[in-house]
Amino acid sequence: MKEAKTPALRVLSPGLLTTLQDLGREGYQHLGIPVSGALDPMSLRAANALVGNPLGTGALEVAVVGPTLAIDADDVRMAFVGAKAAIEILPDVTASAGTLIGSNESIRLRRGDIVRIGALWNATTLYVAVEGGFDVVPALGSVSTYIRGGLGGFAGRALAAGDRLPLVRNTATERDEYRLDRFDLGLPKRFRVVAGPQSDYFSETARAKFFGGEYTIVGSDRMGMRLDGPKIEHLRGYNITSDAIAPGSIQVPGNGKPIVLLADRQTTGGYPKIATVISADLAALGRLPIGAKLSFEPVSIEAAIEARRQMLAEIAAIEDRIVPLVPEATGVAPRLFDNNNLISGIIDGKLDEQGRVA
Amino acid sequence: MPDYKVLPAGDTALIVEFGEGIDRKISQRVLALAQCLNAAGIGGIIETVPTFRSLMVYYDPLVLPPQSLAARINESIQGLRLTEVAGRAWRLPVCYDAALAPDLEDVAARTGLSVAQVIERHSAVDYHVYMLGFLPGQAYMGDVPRELNLARHETPRPRIPAGSLAIAMAMTCIFPLVTPCGWHLIGRSPIPLWDAHGVGGALLAPGDRVTFAPVSMREYENLLVKATEGTLKILPTEGLGAAA
Repeated sequence: MKEAKTPALRVLSPGLLTTLQDLGREGYQHLGIPVSGALDPMSLRAANALVGNPLGTGALEVAVVGPTLAIDADDVRMAFVGAKAAIEILPDVTASAGTLIGSNESIRLRRGDIVRIGALWNATTLYVAVEGGFDVVPALGSVSTYIRGGLGGFAGRALAAGDRLPLVRNTATERDEYRLDRFDLGLPKRFRVVAGPQSDYFSETARAKFFGGEYTIVGSDRMGMRLDGPKIEHLRGYNITSDAIAPGSIQVPGNGKPIVLLADRQTTGGYPKIATVISADLAALGRLPIGAKLSFEPVSIEAAIEARRQMLAEIAAIEDRIVPLVPEATGVAPRLFDNNNLISGIIDGKLDEQGRVA
Repeated sequence: MPDYKVLPAGDTALIVEFGEGIDRKISQRVLALAQCLNAAGIGGIIETVPTFRSLMVYYDPLVLPPQSLAARINESIQGLRLTEVAGRAWRLPVCYDAALAPDLEDVAARTGLSVAQVIERHSAVDYHVYMLGFLPGQAYMGDVPRELNLARHETPRPRIPAGSLAIAMAMTCIFPLVTPCGWHLIGRSPIPLWDAHGVGGALLAPGDRVTFAPVSMREYENLLVKATEGTLKILPTEGLGAAA
């Protein structure tokens, strides 16, 4: 008897840390539950736009090294947005090499096809969206995976070999494929921050050192990134009575080396925070790989709010940046999408292929 | 001059700080402000996070400009009635058996009390939940009697079991998950404070009151079996959702 199988992606190899993420869960931080969600929500939205999903739909967040996935549905439309990586389509498990495909465009894959995503090499995250999304029940209002608490995603953890990731759709919609046009995944020259909330724990000299210095990311995960660079001295100790931690908070522990807190940050903590990255620069922050260099520029709250306004305009414009992959007028297939346009900021000398800022 | 500070934490959060230390009166103001702002249903406020001495207010500055939010906060603080904070009351079973309490004898030695006195004093308090943080569902409860106040271990343990009951300074916690920890471990509770599949995820909330009911090792093990099966129902003894 033939068993009716639900549509799914089968995980042949999970990659280093592949998790389901959406825009995160709000409203539970008072219970100690982090917001989680995509480290780079702009790329998540763009990947969803390419496959026709609502922009905040849950997608796979790939970190450092990608997974290998087999298509276990009649056909599936997928899109890959974020870091550069070799993305190959193989006809079956025995094939040693496949066809390289571009990111930043949608593609329709058929039952038995295998997608193999290699190492990411100019950013730390890549998003894999599927048309219709994954068939996962939200936990506390979100499908985002919070591994430490075993919450959300697929069984509250990262992908593992042998997993079947259930899909909402078994077939792709009949339509042409699309690509992203003029979508900016660049990095700001300096990350903009609002000073504080614990500015008074640092002398003027220490603050000047922080804002004038250049830092290197020496460790990072979904909770935060550890920086090396000019050591920041505290004015009156490095212990404060624990208070809440905003996204992009830059805390300075006893060793004077700042830590920037990201999506899976603990909700509260006891180190003084010298500054907070503005909401408009958080997505770019979430792209930075280990080894990248960065510096910080203090701005007013008014300037931060204006930048947020522009970011929301960018989000509203994502759907205008989706254009047919094959120009209708000529019917000529374009060359593989030129990534240079997409990551102009990176190519323009801010971040080279080893992740260093020039 | 207002007796509180409003500090920006980026462009999407403001911290309302009522003081620097851990203090019941400060905590009451924090929790009362949280309750007041949450009840007011102010458009643009995303969520509030009470901590020992401050309230974090997450907001969308494009819906509610920071100046307007600060004004609403000021208004709320002026009209704050501290008696209105009504958390739930809980009685949570904990087992102080030596097998589950690796630091109990050491705590007794350091405080000059007997093991029985440590247990008696720790379990005699009606604790106040100041805040949740560090781990999902982890409640910071105080105040531990002064004679039991000890600084944290200099070298934290790399792993402690989920459910560990611990003390440090004036705080006591049940650690909901396996974690590194520098606190003094004096027992274990079978009650899951964090349930990834449960409604709301966490058992306790800031402002709740907690007493500990010492149980035997046998009872602890029986309760743990039930908790693992998901058949253990713990209801508050007072407040919303209390057993009749």
